[in-house]
Amino acid sequence: MPPVLEVRNLQTHLVTRWGTVKAVDGVSFSVGAGETLGLVGESGSGKSMTCLSIVRLVPRPAARIVGGVVLLDGEDLVTKSEREMQRLRGRKIGMILQDPMSSLNPVFSIGRQVREPVSMYHGLRGQALGARAAELLAAVRIPSPAERLRAFPHQLSGGMRQRVVGAMAIAAPPRLLIADEPTTSLDLTIQSQYLGLLEELQQRHGLAMIFITHNLGIVSKICDRVAVMYAGRIVEAGPVRQIFRTPAHPYTQALLESIPRLGARLSRLSAIEGQPPDLARLPAGCAFAPRCPRAVERCRVDAPPEFTVADGQVSRCWLNAPA
Amino acid sequence: MPAESVALPEMAAAAPAPVRSRRLPWIPLAIISAFVLLAILAPLLRLADPHDQSLRNRFKPPVWEERGTWTHPLGTDRLGRDMLSRIVWGARVSLAAGVVTVLVASAFGAAVGLVAGYYGGRVDAALMRMTDATMSFPVILLALILAVTVGPSFTNVVVAIAVILWARYARVIRGQVLTLMHLDFIAQARLAGAGAWRIITRHLFPNTLNTLVVLVTLQIGYVIIVEASLSFLGAGIPPPTPAWGSMIAEGREFVTSAWWVSMFPGLAILLVVLAFNLLGDWLRDTFDPKLRQL
Repeated sequence: MPPVLEVRNLQTHLVTRWGTVKAVDGVSFSVGAGETLGLVGESGSGKSMTCLSIVRLVPRPAARIVGGVVLLDGEDLVTKSEREMQRLRGRKIGMILQDPMSSLNPVFSIGRQVREPVSMYHGLRGQALGARAAELLAAVRIPSPAERLRAFPHQLSGGMRQRVVGAMAIAAPPRLLIADEPTTSLDLTIQSQYLGLLEELQQRHGLAMIFITHNLGIVSKICDRVAVMYAGRIVEAGPVRQIFRTPAHPYTQALLESIPRLGARLSRLSAIEGQPPDLARLPAGCAFAPRCPRAVERCRVDAPPEFTVADGQVSRCWLNAPA
Repeated sequence: MPAESVALPEMAAAAPAPVRSRRLPWIPLAIISAFVLLAILAPLLRLADPHDQSLRNRFKPPVWEERGTWTHPLGTDRLGRDMLSRIVWGARVSLAAGVVTVLVASAFGAAVGLVAGYYGGRVDAALMRMTDATMSFPVILLALILAVTVGPSFTNVVVAIAVILWARYARVIRGQVLTLMHLDFIAQARLAGAGAWRIITRHLFPNTLNTLVVLVTLQIGYVIIVEASLSFLGAGIPPPTPAWGSMIAEGREFVTSAWWVSMFPGLAILLVVLAFNLLGDWLRDTFDPKLRQL
């Protein structure tokens, strides 16, 4: 079966006062129906910019998609007109953002906000519209949905609001759901409930899902595959278990080592030395080389291409070059 | 933690301040309703005709003065016209000028502010420079130019004031839109497939309504004063239509002998403007305490 989403060599550049920043620099990946891809990386590594490029909502006029293709069910989104994109957003691609406190319009009731996309996508009116809205709230496990429809955002908790946002994102339902750190600002208990809910929704609708996070614990919990981003590139990608067991790229290894583990007799957590790179002034070779404990001369000169490490696992590191 | 245990009883003592009950501002509301009712019902009130001149009855003082009569409770002016009737009919002019001007200005200004804030970049820069230029132009001067070139009329007063006044709305609303644009619900609306029109009308505009209502109320008072100033200068509502500003001007020469001719229209302006300002302040404090600077 062909993947729902296929991104090939996507390049998004930001023109800033300090020069052109390659925020997304040749990113390729694909997500199939019912599959979850975790997009992991530090702040500024290009995770969010990649997803904004997919829905073509990069901050204009500074950012621009300069190359690559984004195929959604075989159709290239990069060449679509803004009008065509408007028809795809929400209907084909749903997205959930990070901050539940501001992701709902404070002046309208939950009902009015949930009804808006439903009427937009399905042209429902009146009773059918209200019923469908209540159904959506029930689908995201909101108790007594009929009453909640009359509530206003400030009357709901963060977890509840994020559920409402989820309900709106699956109103169509879309083919692809992009979740940009949706649980970052939720309590831990609520977090795992929400992740469970996302998984359930995904299974029910057979959604392809991209989950952006910097929390590797979440990745191991709900993702099938993971792509690790660094300085606008995917440095390592592969099945979650495989990457967690045998990470090939030194950056992935460092990320995994920086997770605190219960019972591990470590005097201190190992942090990754140095600062994330300045994207406007990237080093000539591998972007991670200045912070890499295993960097050799070649790393500072040549950027490593993608090497296949194992079945389905790729890495951009000279260490993984076939001998 | 000693610091904390010391702080606790103190905090307990400072019980949360009781939420001040927001009672309706009855006095301003009463004044405004009274004037609005008088203005609307003026034709039905069986008052003297405000245009009826009678030179025999010139400068009749108000009823409580010597020579005062109940036929003219607030006296008469230089042409013997009934002051009470002229003030009631003048309320129509002042209130209509205030409301119409503010509505026109706020609609246009809010639209400019919404568009500027939404699109940002060059659109914003161009619209805001236009706003700055507009705000630097004196209303009185524009009204005088209009009065001299096309002649004074109600329409010209409204146009002259609205053409300048919209800039304030544009600036305030644009500022608010800029903050709203950073909130996720706007991004979320876009992600749901909403276009510019839908986001501006359904998401941004409703969030600026509080501010608009406050600003509109505060500005009605201001516009009434400007209209009165223009009429006083002869660039406003042309005679013989009764307007409070021109009534003050007419009585100016006789303040020492017939004080009531200028005093009563002046009092009417004072009351109405004060009432609108008090109501606006109350609305601002109730709806939008962040807008102290307005």
